[in-house]
Amino acid sequence: MRVIAIFKRVIRQMLRDKRTLALMFIAPLFILSLMYFLFNTNSASVAQIGVSNVDASLVKAVKNKHVKLHYYAKTTTAKTAVREDNLAAFIQQKSGKLTVTYQNSQPSDSALVRQALQGGLTKLRVQALVAATNAQKQALTAQAKALKTVMAQQKQVMAAQGQRGATNATTSPTAKLKAPKTYTVTSHYLYGSSDSTFFDTFLPILLGFFVFFFVFLISGISLLNERTTGTLTRLLATPIRRGEIISGYLLGYGLFALVQTLITVTFALTVFKIHMLGSVWLILLINFLLALVALSMGIFVSTFANSEFQMMQFIPILIVPQVFFSGLIPVDQMATWLQWIAHIFPLYYGGNALMDVATRGVTLSGVAGELGILLGFTVLFTILNVVGMKRYRRV
Amino acid sequence: MRTNTIEVTDVAKSFGDNPVLKQISLRLPVGQIMGLIGPSGAGKTTLVKAILGMEKVDAGTTTVLGTTMPNRQIMQRIGYMAQSDALYEDLTARENIRFFAELMSVPKAKLTAAIDHAATVVNLTEALDRRVSAYSGGMKRRLSLAIALVQDPDLLILDEPTVGIDPELRQQIWAELNQLRDAGKSILVTTHVMDEAERCDYLMLIREGIALAQGTPGALEQEYAVPTIEQVFLKAGRLQDESHRDI
Repeated sequence: MRVIAIFKRVIRQMLRDKRTLALMFIAPLFILSLMYFLFNTNSASVAQIGVSNVDASLVKAVKNKHVKLHYYAKTTTAKTAVREDNLAAFIQQKSGKLTVTYQNSQPSDSALVRQALQGGLTKLRVQALVAATNAQKQALTAQAKALKTVMAQQKQVMAAQGQRGATNATTSPTAKLKAPKTYTVTSHYLYGSSDSTFFDTFLPILLGFFVFFFVFLISGISLLNERTTGTLTRLLATPIRRGEIISGYLLGYGLFALVQTLITVTFALTVFKIHMLGSVWLILLINFLLALVALSMGIFVSTFANSEFQMMQFIPILIVPQVFFSGLIPVDQMATWLQWIAHIFPLYYGGNALMDVATRGVTLSGVAGELGILLGFTVLFTILNVVGMKRYRRV
Repeated sequence: MRTNTIEVTDVAKSFGDNPVLKQISLRLPVGQIMGLIGPSGAGKTTLVKAILGMEKVDAGTTTVLGTTMPNRQIMQRIGYMAQSDALYEDLTARENIRFFAELMSVPKAKLTAAIDHAATVVNLTEALDRRVSAYSGGMKRRLSLAIALVQDPDLLILDEPTVGIDPELRQQIWAELNQLRDAGKSILVTTHVMDEAERCDYLMLIREGIALAQGTPGALEQEYAVPTIEQVFLKAGRLQDESHRDI
């Protein structure tokens, strides 16, 4: 089996190259950890909140050291205020209804606002409860007093035969017992949704990106080396099929991509306790397909490079734009023509599928379309590769 | 049964406007060592690659072991040693040989014996488990030769096999080539070392994409009335230049 021979060789070479192995398996963990600490622990920051027509008592309750409040006129619209003054959130009140509009471009700020608002509302409720208890106490003492007077009066009345003023005194204290004011809160998000913490949202996409990036680079460079050292020509002086070379590569690097995903996913799940709604196996499958696309694309692109440095030059052209369209920035809020461009990038489909599975718990049938497209990319580039190798051997 | 292992008929090839091979024909009979000699840039490697079916030719045909090239299956019966060492530096010599042996479909049962034999021929048994990155230039050359020998091919095509190999080992390698020839294998060698040319059964002088002269070393020396192949080569070259001037 010639495919197996290529597969074994790729594995063996990778295992020999300890630094590349480390890059593939440890670098993602390092970057993930860094991002985790960067985005999940910014307690020092202060979120800017705009308020309009909100009860003074609520405003006072919401205030804490992590938020700064700005007052707006009743007529201000939330969107413009948030956009123009770069507010983390904007709170409007209409009688008992609170409408909160989050900017949510930085989920950590949104979290601060949510905390402050929740804290404020709880504080108010407790205050109201305390007030109510006090009122009840007062009422009780008042009633007791009233009873006393009534009894005294009755004594007097019995003596003086008059009963009129007594009924008034018993009713008045209960009227003072007012129900605590409750607010209903409606939230709007200008970007993303309520369940986005930066890390949660981006982790699945990051996983896909790591796999794509490293497999693209490593496989591309390794085939480039094969070409520049002459081993590719030498390979083609054996009866091997061109397709067998590509398949061997797909298998070998695909395996490493799987291991890489397994390590990063396990790390994220156990160390950072990330919530993964969908199946981990489906995440692995998507990443494997992404790896295949990256691999076939890397091999294809490597034919246009004459050195490792020229291979690196493809990163800003082919990899960086993919990051923009991978879902880190919501694609559906982009200009229409940008949305169209997004559709030519494999990472757009991979990112979508990963997001759906990880944050929405979508099952295999739900991402089948994306998986199909990724497979299509792989087939396309593989065919191009097999045909392109004709340059080295005519059959 | 079949008399010629390689038959090349009127092959022409140019790279862009630059003609590298002009109507070259070549016959390599079974059980012979044929030497292709000529200065660098004469088109030797291009001719070799055309024979292997790896280079597209503009005109003419090549047949190897009775099959028109290019043909993938025939590759299995050709042992090829490229001009530059194409080796995996991060693997050991043994792993390199084994990899190519697997591609050449050497049966698993024979694999170890075949690797050991090939390594013995090129005197690399001791260093077989060292990484190729630690090899000297001569050792890499020998390893390339071992890889060409490993599947016991019917035809050996060796492109400058003895560059960087010391005289003693060169003797040894030629002794092995003679042995293979006697066992009925056909061998095509390119070289520009003239004393090696003398060892070939049949010679073909290539210069500027043209077969200047061919024949056994003895016959060539007689034809040009000079004592050595080196002088044959020089004289033939001079004659070629003169005829150019005449035109």
